[in-house]
Amino acid sequence: METNEHEHVIEVTGLRRVYGGGFEAVRGIDFSVRRGEIFALLGTNGAGKTSTVELLEGLAAPAGGRVRVLGHDPYTDRAVIRPRTGVMLQEGGFPSELTVAETARMWAGCVSGARPEEEVLTLVGLGTRTGVRVKQLSGGQRRRLDLALALLGDPDVLFLDEPTTGLDPEGRRETWELVSALRDRGTTVLLTTHYLEEAEFLADRLAIMHEGRIAATGTPAEVTASEPSRITFDLPEGYFAGDLPPLAELGVSDHTVDGRTVRLHTSELQRAATALLVWADRAGVELHRLDVRSASLEEAFLRIAKEAAAKTVTTKEYAA
Amino acid sequence: MSTAVTTPVSRMTALARAELTLLGRTKGTLFAALFVPLVLPVSAREAARGMDLAEAGLTIGTMVLPAAIGFSLLFAVYSALVGSLVARREELVLKRLRTGELRDGEILAGSALPATTTGLVQSLLLAAGCVILLDMPAPPAVYLSVLGLLLGLPLCVGLAIVTASFTRTSESAQVTPLPLMFLSMLASGMMIPLEILPDRVAAFCELLPLTPVMTLVRGGFTGDLSAGGALGAVAVAVAWIAFAVFAVRRWFRWEPRH
Repeated sequence: METNEHEHVIEVTGLRRVYGGGFEAVRGIDFSVRRGEIFALLGTNGAGKTSTVELLEGLAAPAGGRVRVLGHDPYTDRAVIRPRTGVMLQEGGFPSELTVAETARMWAGCVSGARPEEEVLTLVGLGTRTGVRVKQLSGGQRRRLDLALALLGDPDVLFLDEPTTGLDPEGRRETWELVSALRDRGTTVLLTTHYLEEAEFLADRLAIMHEGRIAATGTPAEVTASEPSRITFDLPEGYFAGDLPPLAELGVSDHTVDGRTVRLHTSELQRAATALLVWADRAGVELHRLDVRSASLEEAFLRIAKEAAAKTVTTKEYAA
Repeated sequence: MSTAVTTPVSRMTALARAELTLLGRTKGTLFAALFVPLVLPVSAREAARGMDLAEAGLTIGTMVLPAAIGFSLLFAVYSALVGSLVARREELVLKRLRTGELRDGEILAGSALPATTTGLVQSLLLAAGCVILLDMPAPPAVYLSVLGLLLGLPLCVGLAIVTASFTRTSESAQVTPLPLMFLSMLASGMMIPLEILPDRVAAFCELLPLTPVMTLVRGGFTGDLSAGGALGAVAVAVAWIAFAVFAVRRWFRWEPRH
């Protein structure tokens, strides 16, 4: 019976992970993922994404806090949950001397209700590579194989740790479409990525992690809402920043000039852009490399990383 | 579409099948596992010629046959399994397997199955070969030999997993099995019968992990192993298996160290 208590397929409260050497990789995080939702964990390298996902996968017991996947503790109730989850680790995990088909066959033998291997391999675009040894696959092809195996059992919950690392842009796009289609069929997906456009494309909600904590969370729109939009262009020959119309009147909150490149930040993108273009038109100049874009996750991400880094430095200075 | 729910047996079979394929593709391991145990008894036979076996109540056959089975356990089971487990850990295969429905014990047992089967089949062939080629009489207490083999297989699997716990890389896996292998060859009654050793040394050697296996296997063919001697051997073997289980639970690592 699917009741409300299962509405949150993944629930994490106060989660902590400490490694043998005493390093605290995850420092008390909370989030939940609803059924049929794609939730992305973003963060720089070493932010604690993989450490978190491994706890959700039940590969290790948390040092503190609580994890529930489908209402169970993934570490102690491993046997209950495993038939309903699919996992794609951050790297490999396949014997290099087996062929793609042999690897899939082995894995299918360990998955309840496995779909036919060829079907899944075709789905990820490895249908013509079944006779190839794993060691001869490219990095991107290995990622596809890993994805295929994660999908073999038609899981209710899918954990994808950096699913598109090593894929070319086309392959990345294909994977995104596949994952979106799974979501549409009701699969709950938790993914980690350091590609911001991946999170922007896929995630219904996301959390940005930094040094083991969640620095920001919400829908992509919520996380970017507070961020300024951006206009960049090259100053025309013979013009200087001072020749531009008064920036404050354009609604520009902040600007930088780097050589000839001007970068404006604004929360009123349309007004600022219009004023700038009208000015350029009247002056009869062309703004080369003009780029006008609303706030994206990238801005949010960079700001969070920068703030957090500054905070760390300050703390260290106080400590010193 | 299959809707079958997996069982421990079906999962381990799938894993063992893949491991068997891999064993067939690892030529070095395959050679050591299949041929060394067949070749070494011959050299043991040469060594035995120089010893006064009759005085120790032994014949060439009762000396060579247990040695052959011992070599099979050491090469085809113990050393081969250390190598494959460490390689699987290095390739993160063990970690990947743990994300699926296989339980931890099934992963280890399934991985060990091809090596165990190789050791079992090889031991039976070696026994048959020795009986025929060395003109050995029918074993008077064959159940002791069978018991020895049935204890020896899980013992070597257990010790292999323990050794793999302390082996970081595939390269070191070429070396880490050697101490137990040499020790067993020299002091567990494989190359040198314990009967010709000084009593105190022999008493110590009886406590080594493979000695009870050799004692039981040989006892089945000589027929002169007392009930007390057999029970003592079984006790030592069981104690080593228990130690291996404890050590594996305590120290086995599923992932490479970072």
